[in-house]
Amino acid sequence: MTAPLLETQELRKTFGRLAAVAGVSLNLTEGTLTAIIGPNGAGKTTLINLLTGLLVPDAGTVRFKGEDITRLPPHGRVRRGLSRSFQIMNIFPSLTARQNLLLPVLSRLGRNLRALTRLDRETEADAEVEALLREIGLWEKRDARAGALSHGDQRLLELGIAVGTRPELCFLDEPCSGMNPIERQAVMGLMRKLSGERRTTFVIIEHDMDVVFSLSQRIVVMNHGEVLADGTPDAIRENRAVREIYLGGEV
Amino acid sequence: MAMATGSPQGHTRASWRAGVALGLLLLVLFLLPLVGGQYAQYLAIQVMILSLFALGFNILFGYTGLLSFGQAGFYAVGAYGCAKLLLLKPSLLFGVLGGVAVAGVAALILGILCIRHTRIYFSMLTLAFGMMIYSIALKWRDFTGGDDGLVGVPRAPLEIPGLVHLSMASMGRYYYFVLVITLIAVALAYRLVHSPLGLTLRGIRDSEGRMAFTGVPVRTYRLIAFVIAGLYAGLAGALLPPLENTVTPPMAHWTTSADPVLATLLGGIHAFAGPIVGAFLLFMIKDIIVRFTEYWLIWLGLIVVVLVMGCPGGVVSLARARWLAPRPDGEGS
Repeated sequence: MTAPLLETQELRKTFGRLAAVAGVSLNLTEGTLTAIIGPNGAGKTTLINLLTGLLVPDAGTVRFKGEDITRLPPHGRVRRGLSRSFQIMNIFPSLTARQNLLLPVLSRLGRNLRALTRLDRETEADAEVEALLREIGLWEKRDARAGALSHGDQRLLELGIAVGTRPELCFLDEPCSGMNPIERQAVMGLMRKLSGERRTTFVIIEHDMDVVFSLSQRIVVMNHGEVLADGTPDAIRENRAVREIYLGGEV
Repeated sequence: MAMATGSPQGHTRASWRAGVALGLLLLVLFLLPLVGGQYAQYLAIQVMILSLFALGFNILFGYTGLLSFGQAGFYAVGAYGCAKLLLLKPSLLFGVLGGVAVAGVAALILGILCIRHTRIYFSMLTLAFGMMIYSIALKWRDFTGGDDGLVGVPRAPLEIPGLVHLSMASMGRYYYFVLVITLIAVALAYRLVHSPLGLTLRGIRDSEGRMAFTGVPVRTYRLIAFVIAGLYAGLAGALLPPLENTVTPPMAHWTTSADPVLATLLGGIHAFAGPIVGAFLLFMIKDIIVRFTEYWLIWLGLIVVVLVMGCPGGVVSLARARWLAPRPDGEGS
């Protein structure tokens, strides 16, 4: 068995008297597209916030490629190969689509501090951004202001920003929310393509069960801040507790 | 590969117009001492000083999204630093560069404390530290001269040992010195806002959270923007004592911090030239109104209110919409 890319041990986070994440121990392995599902308030987003450094846990540890990153700030985790998107759209609305993608690429290349180089002289970053824009299907809209793009295009752009740092592990918080079926298919296709070509391991939080069951190789079900079930889509589909508590027996 | 913006023809036409306007402006600036009197030169120097002050402020505000009400503190540190050095050793470059350096150090120290916060908390902290500098200028009589300030600051010659020795006694000479310094500082700022660093600061302005998840230590970059703004405020301040031959505490007062805010709002926060155009307008409006009424502040306030309400993007955004091609990212020259 390969060593886990990311592992947590007894991760806990409470807000007042509410245990949003109540002792989660989880291993995420390279190349396995994992979906985290669960009803609203199950602790999915809090868990991702703990894994990506937006929140510091009250107890427990997070290890990435064997290194303890429990107290590492977000930018430090990104530099080590972690990345994420957000449940609520989080892009750079006043910048163009191209500039949105330039930022993570410049960061990966370690060029953000260049104060006297013209942006259009950053040819290496520019070429990488062009490839990424074509990959996510926004090349034609590269000079449009990101805030003026459609919701679906903004979601694609956010996915582009998340993979712009070439992460090994990328968390996507509801990447298909508010999308129509065609856009959803595009995002799913893109995730499959990126995980193959860029060797990025995706972990998604998603409410759309069609997306979850057709895309993921492993499903983690959360409820009340704990892992209720963990297994292949088939195993989860047959899991009685999941059917009763989360899926209402309709799968 | 070039970063295209807008249609190629529109962009070329806009660039051509902007180039002609810039050329004409430079011509006027270089010819001013030949056609204008002492007062015109004095006023132009004041406009250039406020332009530099506002330009640095806008790197912090317009580009990074941090509204500082304490920039007058660094303006005064630059001025007092320059004045003290000129009184010590009458060499213009020594005084001006020394003033800038002292302001930069002050911005670095206070910046470490201020950039831990954003929004109104940041603004209030900068206001408090700015007023602290004002208090030091007022109370540390032995060093700053108290409310009398420092007097008799010489307009020292421009000296580079073995290379240059230029007297700055005439207003015209000093005008050209300030003009050259201003052009260099403006060119550097222009390069900076169109560099990867400039884009990173704009990213922080748009979304700090997203920026952190591109691998950027946001606080460090906020500090960099703060120090750059402090250096520009220090440079603006350092150019003042050789002109006025004196430095007094009111230049550290929070009301002085409002000058770059007003200039930037008038000219436009999302345009590189906004603070420069705003500084020019502010001085022109002041200069004209003062001739007609002693209640000039009321009229100035009214004009600023009307301009800001009627044209929230500033005068430059109006000009851009009318004569230049708009840029999709909302930034422009």
